[in-house]
Amino acid sequence: MSTSVDSPNRLETAADPRSLRRVVIEPLTRVEGHGKVTILLDEEGRVHQVRLHVVEFRGFERFIQGRTYWEIPVLVQRLCGICPVSHHLAAGKAIDMFVGARRLTPSAEKIRRLMHLGQIYQSHALHFYYLASPDLLFGFDAEVSKRNVIGLIAAYPEVAVKAVKMRAWGQEVIRVVAGKRVHGVACIPGGVNKPLDPTDRETLLRDADTMIAWAKEAVDLSRKLYLSNPEFQEKFGVFPSNYLSLVRADGGLDLYDGGLRARDASGRTIFDHVDYFRYRQYVDEQVKPWSYMKFPFIRSLGAEEGWYRVGPLARVNNCDFIPTPLAEAERKEFRNAAGGALQHASLAYHWARTIELLHAGEGIKELLLDPETSGRELVTQGEPAREGVGVVEAPRGTLFHHFKIDEQGLITKANLIVATTNNNEAMNRAVRSVAANYLDGRQLTEGLLNHIEVAIRAYDPCLSCATHALGKMPLHIELVEANGAVIDTLARNGDGSFARG
Amino acid sequence: MPGPAPLLVIGCGNLSRGDDALGPELLRRAEALRAPGLEVLEDFQLQIELSLDLVGRELVLFVDASVAAAAPFEFRRLHPARDESWSTHTLHPEAVLHVFQVVQRREPPPAYLLAVRGEAFDLGKPLSEAATRNLAAASAFLARLVGDPRPEAWQALAAAATVAPTSMARERE
Repeated sequence: MSTSVDSPNRLETAADPRSLRRVVIEPLTRVEGHGKVTILLDEEGRVHQVRLHVVEFRGFERFIQGRTYWEIPVLVQRLCGICPVSHHLAAGKAIDMFVGARRLTPSAEKIRRLMHLGQIYQSHALHFYYLASPDLLFGFDAEVSKRNVIGLIAAYPEVAVKAVKMRAWGQEVIRVVAGKRVHGVACIPGGVNKPLDPTDRETLLRDADTMIAWAKEAVDLSRKLYLSNPEFQEKFGVFPSNYLSLVRADGGLDLYDGGLRARDASGRTIFDHVDYFRYRQYVDEQVKPWSYMKFPFIRSLGAEEGWYRVGPLARVNNCDFIPTPLAEAERKEFRNAAGGALQHASLAYHWARTIELLHAGEGIKELLLDPETSGRELVTQGEPAREGVGVVEAPRGTLFHHFKIDEQGLITKANLIVATTNNNEAMNRAVRSVAANYLDGRQLTEGLLNHIEVAIRAYDPCLSCATHALGKMPLHIELVEANGAVIDTLARNGDGSFARG
Repeated sequence: MPGPAPLLVIGCGNLSRGDDALGPELLRRAEALRAPGLEVLEDFQLQIELSLDLVGRELVLFVDASVAAAAPFEFRRLHPARDESWSTHTLHPEAVLHVFQVVQRREPPPAYLLAVRGEAFDLGKPLSEAATRNLAAASAFLARLVGDPRPEAWQALAAAATVAPTSMARERE
């Protein structure tokens, strides 16, 4: 986490930005949740400042305050069309505390876990097959026309079919638990609202082995891609960092519940098995003037050194083992590739993501076969409270929901830290690292700029709370002088064509 | 077992985000028509597995809010087109058709887009006044579409549209 002159992080703030030309990579949309990368260059095209601006969603507290707490698990699903289940479950865990149900019945918890793993499975499958694979297979400088799913199909013809079916299976797991595949409800205060239907269970089990096998293929492919060019992997978006995630009491990977663990880049434990209700004592958020999104950090290390990464890379780095056999075998290979040390490459996220995909598939099958998942004791309660915290490991990383209520059960305070916010500093570091290595002193091309996109894609940032309304703009790059004059523009259109002018 | 309904209307949007609710609202109106052979499907955002819902259909209509469509709405034919997005959050209807084409190894059913102009998308806000007017106009047009769900009739309406089709690459002023 050095800021020495040789470190890419010297590129956060240029000494004299007014004298520099600014290159802006921006998907021009009118909605929140989209990112923009600004690159300041000098006259020779050398990179002097790189920043990733991600417009964080706003209005959440206004949206939530004054609502009754039992509405929250339904309302929070409206925050994001991609990860509503994560918000639903995190909010569910928070409101459990309002009714004194920190621990649920075994059946209720396993039903929630089933829903969560369904989401992990479909989210990771989508990201790897549809978004990341074309870049990984064909290289970032490949023609746009090849670097897409069509090129992927030509090389691996069954991949697209599998991707769609894996997504559909994961969505079906969610539907079975929540009643609908979108906007369904499973969480009620202290439990879940319905048992698992035996017919649905059998239907899901029928495809489970196939889904696990396909997930294993995804791991094999991602491992092969990662290890095929070690020199490149060790250079692209590589930087040491701290890592934060949940782990089980025995140190095993747990995506639904557990204690907070933080490790530094060397693998030394910073804190472990922390009750996430006390997260504020361990994690704080910094505001920077040039970004709407906050920068969380580990308190004991301070704002400059305490930033951390979350998500698949953090989880696979942090856990002592994965409690499903096939994924555990893959985790060992993952660690062995770095000589037993932690993996720090941004592109290792893809490999770790497929290991989690495999774990999710195995975990879904285990839960479907577990008699307790089909049990009918679904709700519990205890001593009520007025403050609740729910934390889950969403597909993109650790998600915190924190609420307070008044004596009438109305929300008086709400705070969220979403995975993309947790990864804010890390994404900036990745972009700076890529810019320093690939854009410095060279002519700007679409392929070079795609290196930046690839670095961001590895973190699968959630465009949280964005409307998806049609009319989103193409990727737009502006070369702007320090006085604001536009020197040149580049645009990547929705059909992949690239226009300069 | 009967096959899927011949006409599928897919609406997506966020009911809690101002004019982003236009898609779901229009879907409600489609449901209220109680037309035989019609199925509605609501989703938050378009995703690749939606291509599986197109199997066995004769006609597909996507309804959605749009920041680029001319008011009150635009209606046009869709054709498969690959997605070049840098995010899993931004799939467009043409990409869903493209996934169908690749996975099913044949052309998708005729598909159209009814894009209703939206203006404001703030969290927790209701539909804007302009969007409410546009929704009314779009609802009347939707009733006309559902009343005559023949591909040739819809093609004629799309060809007769007086507003230019929305381009995915067109910048908003």
